[in-house]
Amino acid sequence: MKKVIMGNHALSWGAQLARAQVIAAYPITPQTQVVELLSEMCASKTLDAKFIKVESEHSAMAACLGASLAGARTFTATSAQGLTLMHELLHWASGGRMPVVMGNINRAMAPGWSIWTDQNDSLSQRDTGWIQFYCASNQEVLDTVIQAFKVSEQLLIPSMVVLDAFALSHTYEVVDIPDQAKVDAYLPRFNPPVRLTPSDPHAFGGLTSPEHYFEFRYKLQKDMEKAPALIEETGREYEKMFGRYLGLVEDYLCEDADLILVTSGTAGYTARVGVDLLRKEGVKAGNLRIKVFRPFPFEKVRQVVAGAKKVAVVDRNISYGHHGIFYQEVKSALYGADHDVPVFGFITGLGGRDVTPDTFKEVAGLTMAKSRPEEEITWIGVKK
Amino acid sequence: MKKERTMKLTLPTEELMSSGNLACQGCGATLAMRYVLKALGQKTALCIPACCWSVIDGPVPYSTLAVPIFHCAFETAAASASGLKAGLEMVGDTETTVVAWAGDGGTFDIGIQALSGAAERNDDFIYVCYDNEAYMNTGIQRSSATPYGAWTTTTPVKHFKNRPKKDIDSIMAAHRIPYIATANTSYPEDLYKKMKKAKDIKGTRFFHIYAPCPTGWKARPEDTIKFGRMVVQNCIFPLYEVENGEKYTINIRPREKKPIVDYLRLQGRFRHLKDEDIAFMQAEVDRNWERLLKKCETK
Repeated sequence: MKKVIMGNHALSWGAQLARAQVIAAYPITPQTQVVELLSEMCASKTLDAKFIKVESEHSAMAACLGASLAGARTFTATSAQGLTLMHELLHWASGGRMPVVMGNINRAMAPGWSIWTDQNDSLSQRDTGWIQFYCASNQEVLDTVIQAFKVSEQLLIPSMVVLDAFALSHTYEVVDIPDQAKVDAYLPRFNPPVRLTPSDPHAFGGLTSPEHYFEFRYKLQKDMEKAPALIEETGREYEKMFGRYLGLVEDYLCEDADLILVTSGTAGYTARVGVDLLRKEGVKAGNLRIKVFRPFPFEKVRQVVAGAKKVAVVDRNISYGHHGIFYQEVKSALYGADHDVPVFGFITGLGGRDVTPDTFKEVAGLTMAKSRPEEEITWIGVKK
Repeated sequence: MKKERTMKLTLPTEELMSSGNLACQGCGATLAMRYVLKALGQKTALCIPACCWSVIDGPVPYSTLAVPIFHCAFETAAASASGLKAGLEMVGDTETTVVAWAGDGGTFDIGIQALSGAAERNDDFIYVCYDNEAYMNTGIQRSSATPYGAWTTTTPVKHFKNRPKKDIDSIMAAHRIPYIATANTSYPEDLYKKMKKAKDIKGTRFFHIYAPCPTGWKARPEDTIKFGRMVVQNCIFPLYEVENGEKYTINIRPREKKPIVDYLRLQGRFRHLKDEDIAFMQAEVDRNWERLLKKCETK
């Protein structure tokens, strides 16, 4: 069934098709339509779930963790201030191996108050032990929610499905809504190996001495390392059943490209238009859209840029005192690689400033003008 | 035939808490858990945030309790319990009693937002606050449950706590939840009876359990039970219940209301108090008691 829906509703549809059993959420612009539609779905019983309408995002995640520990499939959604309020419990979710799936609408952090997109909210959660997917279309949002449950529940690691404020959250697109029976076949019921129940009483997360803590974290990392292969495997399985592949990265005209523009989120599709324009001008450009940020797809990035002469990473985020965050990651992925390719770092679009095809033409021009980057950050569109 | 003599027991003999836990000597919170579990039985699940009990239960991989525990974040006891209850129901377990089990810091201070949220939603669990009147687990720092006049490591003698204890029970009553009770391990039958009653009620139920802490109060461990008796007799911590936020019932009335001074003199945390300080505190206790009596009369 095809429907024209907004990105936020794609999250709600994803949660419904995945048969989420417990939802706990708190409203925040630009996420509100996610929870509004889920409320409707629960009220009209198209979704058999308990929706706990909590008094804060911190409690939203706490309630999700309690429900997940009981063995229920659990979903929430938030944005920016709400996500960062949850920060403590994001560690709790991964450390406690509770496979919650959460939608996060990328919104710039206050102050000043901003409701527009950039990625600093979710990228600030980099080291919390969550898998992070960055989406570029409403279809991808819906599909990724379903895939995220499958991956998370197998690894017992939570997942964040991230989409840009307004550019995706409030933008209507045609979305193919898969058949429920087929989704049920793809995504079995959540059946954790251990759950909280009085019939087999355990204490979860008690005082853990240096004798044991280290091994818990070692195991979390070891399971996180399994995620790239599992994401590709479940992505291929999804393609077989629904006709759409869900992988770690998406590359566009990269095979013969001299210049690869690296992006994430909706900027990826804008970059494609930029690439097309550049190709018309005779520049052999390509776009690598990084979909999974954690775990970082080192191998994929190395493979895709292997033949390129230059790489330009366009970040809609910044690590103050360092550089653009995807830029750091790409450089780190290429360190020690067989080929030495110069990587240029650009920052643009903070706080929802428009990112257009011209942005990428400018990036390409600046990258081609120099043999190696002279600065770690080149700012695009800033009023200095 | 000689008739066999039997002792009539007022509480079940089944123990859901074993020895070998990590509590201090004379810990009131430990007794509280033991009696509460006797009333609720094995089909119980606990959410325990940071508090003495997150240590008392024992380190990974041990647990002193025969019921499951979700060790949750400090400010999340109530929200975790809401989620746990919903999760259990969604996987087909509608019988388990979910209990949020928090100290006074996790209830009066950092956890009050989540508690208020859950109470307003009337989520179906029992919230127990065992109140030892300070952050004892971190080493005796004042909380908003610390009584007026008390020394703690953050309210030194020269600058003792100069604000009264927060009236959490009235705050909870204002949420119009179905059941609120104060309790005390020196009156285990009363605690047991009220917990049994609460078990059969749906919605948010709140217990405020007085839990002496000899370590933090600079008192003798053997006085724990005595303290529990004294606070009922001198009306510092009356035993009562509130139904639907309105119907107040005092469960145990003192025959003769005793002065608080004897209670204070047994605890190092009040040693510095002058007569006028004690008179000020006595007046506050008297006022609170009168207020409670009035609430009982009107409904």
